[in-house]
Amino acid sequence: MKIHRALRMERCIGCHSCSLACARLVYKSMSWQTAGIRIRSTGGVSSGFQAILCLACDPAPCAAACPTGAMSQRKSGGGVTLKKSLCIQCGQCAAACPVDAINLDAAGNPAVCLHCGQCTAYCPHDCLELVEADTPAAPCLESCHVE
Amino acid sequence: MSNEANDLFRVLVYDLERGRGELAILPGRRQCLGGSGLAALLYEKYGLPTAPAFDPRQPLIFAIGPATGYFPLMSKTVCGFKSPYNENYAESHAGGRSALALRFAGYDALVVVGKAPRLSTLVVGSRRIERIDVHYLAGADVFTTGKLLRKIAEGASGHRSILRIGPAGENGSGYACINVDTYRHFGRLGAGAVMGSKNLKGIVIQGDGDLPLPADKGYAKLFKDIHEKVTSSGMMEKYHNLGTPANVLPLNELKSLPWRNLAATSDSEADKISGEAFAEKLLMHNAACAGCPVGCIHVGMVREMFSSSHRFAIHQVAYDHEPNFAAGPMLGVVDPVEVLAINDMADRQGLDIISAGVALAWAVEATQKGVISEKDTEVKLTFGDAAALKRAMWLIGHKANDFYALLGQGAMVAAAHYGGADYACVLGQEMAGYATGETYFASQTVAFRHSHLDTGAYSYDQKHKEQDVAKVVDFLVKDERERVLLTCLVACLFAREVYKPEVIASVLGCLGHEELAGSFDAAAENARRARWRLKIATGYDPRATRIPKRFTEVTTWKGPVDAVYMEALRAAYAEAVAELGAPPATDQAQPPAL
Ligand code: SF4
Ligand code: SF4
Ligand code: SF4
Repeated sequence: MKIHRALRMERCIGCHSCSLACARLVYKSMSWQTAGIRIRSTGGVSSGFQAILCLACDPAPCAAACPTGAMSQRKSGGGVTLKKSLCIQCGQCAAACPVDAINLDAAGNPAVCLHCGQCTAYCPHDCLELVEADTPAAPCLESCHVE
Repeated sequence: MSNEANDLFRVLVYDLERGRGELAILPGRRQCLGGSGLAALLYEKYGLPTAPAFDPRQPLIFAIGPATGYFPLMSKTVCGFKSPYNENYAESHAGGRSALALRFAGYDALVVVGKAPRLSTLVVGSRRIERIDVHYLAGADVFTTGKLLRKIAEGASGHRSILRIGPAGENGSGYACINVDTYRHFGRLGAGAVMGSKNLKGIVIQGDGDLPLPADKGYAKLFKDIHEKVTSSGMMEKYHNLGTPANVLPLNELKSLPWRNLAATSDSEADKISGEAFAEKLLMHNAACAGCPVGCIHVGMVREMFSSSHRFAIHQVAYDHEPNFAAGPMLGVVDPVEVLAINDMADRQGLDIISAGVALAWAVEATQKGVISEKDTEVKLTFGDAAALKRAMWLIGHKANDFYALLGQGAMVAAAHYGGADYACVLGQEMAGYATGETYFASQTVAFRHSHLDTGAYSYDQKHKEQDVAKVVDFLVKDERERVLLTCLVACLFAREVYKPEVIASVLGCLGHEELAGSFDAAAENARRARWRLKIATGYDPRATRIPKRFTEVTTWKGPVDAVYMEALRAAYAEAVAELGAPPATDQAQPPAL
């Protein structure tokens, strides 16, 4: 089982290819935000880019907050899965996520990273990677990753 | 007709005076594709060809293309407006996040008309249209404005585009630009002043909507194929490696780099400001327009010690060949840090750096020749004196006195008052950084945007020595047409190797525009002619264009410029353009007029 980490965001050029790919391939949407990964600047483009992305909490507060079981903990640990048919668009998951990783679209449908890695192939700078879920991976890998 | 809806554009027309928007659903996709064609269509509908550029009723148009957001590098927006620089219909192009933001806000174009009662910002999103009073931003520079607008118009962080003007736009400079997302610009011909004349300090476009995916089953695969071509084939290498400043050494070698107001075309100091020098010494990071994996934006760092106890201010400045030329060799500045610092100052004022730099270069020579004095210029202008030139940029932006008010309208306007028109380096507007020879000088003078990007003339010069007027004009006319196709789509022109006709046909077909897929050439031609007709209807006479004397004194790798041949080229290209801009013939073979 793998989890998605934005390992090398210092290299990010802000092209949004990753989030557009996730929207297109995973969420079947043409959007900047109905996607599991969203790219932001931290106050204007001159300040560099940040990936807003599920950090794969275990246990996951978003899953715990979901009143229908639509958002549930992945069995083998790390991250969550979303069953759209069970979702009532209450937004509790998004409210519970400490890092704003869940986006609600206009209709209230949550979009969250499924740790599938479809986006990574579209990043021209290798910023993104799937890593083994059972090896602890701190989110600060973003800034102190060593090859 | 397969699907009528495919022919429609969704356009937001916002009246600043009334503070009201109107959603217009307009037909015409099959006639004009989008982008350049759509901007022309909208100017025909909303523009007042004979009223002045600053008439509040004049539209300021932002248009995107059919494939914007759906495919890589379809990342630009076309701004259409009546130019206060020459009072002609004009276009300027920029990327940043503007194109995708408009797409995801749900519009093919935004048209702004009227004049706000107070200095305002327009906020447009998929579920939001709002005019906000920002009178307190009066006089604010471009970067401060950007920072404050992020707070004033909250929402959609990371997924919005912020367009804004600086003092130069508020003060009506003929070459005030619109800054887009810090590093990109609707640079040339004064779109920023049109915005200023509307009391419009900023436009925030929030790309916060969701659109359906194209229904075509092959979409994901076609996207992937194009994405791969763009990222792994090496054809984009030159744009993201050194970027366009890679041109400096080859141009200098070919005696084609303008130095010190075009007194020379090469200089032994070129290596100091080469693309390599910028990359090694100053390059900090790269950035991309949204939807473009190439990332050609090069951002350099200027570290300025502002106190002797080692206190520093840091400026991040985007650079490219054209701004580097205008703030560098053209002004005799050969320290890359100073080039960026001058650039930064022009950028803060919201000035088009190419026009501002070249106009200043004229002012330096006019100072040398005693045509103007320090009484006019307030600082002593000398080639290479970066501090004085930087200060002059501020003075232009702030329209500090009568001299700077005139210089802010262009070198020719100042020369008409003081004298010195022979050495004003103006080819329709202040020249871009290619002194490649007769073809380029004639092309920039006559061509639609008076831009180095209108045609591939600058590269034609570098490859052809033989003189053949008919052949050159044929090349210019054909090349313009291919470029207009891309600016209708609106693809980044760097992607012209990728978006060849077969690929464009697949893209349009995949997006449901099957008919257009078979007729895009006719639509692009239609758009091109519509643009020329508008330019001529707003007063442009291609035959009346003139190339200043300085350009006949230039020596390139081909030897001294042949003034007689250059004039023949100009005249012949002007004839071709007059024909392109003639009213449409009535025979049915013509595509319908816009
Ligand atoms: S969505 Fe948020 S709360 Fe849920 S697992 Fe990911 S980071 Fe944790
Ligand atoms: S790993 Fe999958 S779900 Fe997560 S952001 Fe990438 S494409 Fe989207
Ligand atoms: S694809 Fe890579 S470079 Fe582009 S925005 Fe995403 S993380 Fe950044």
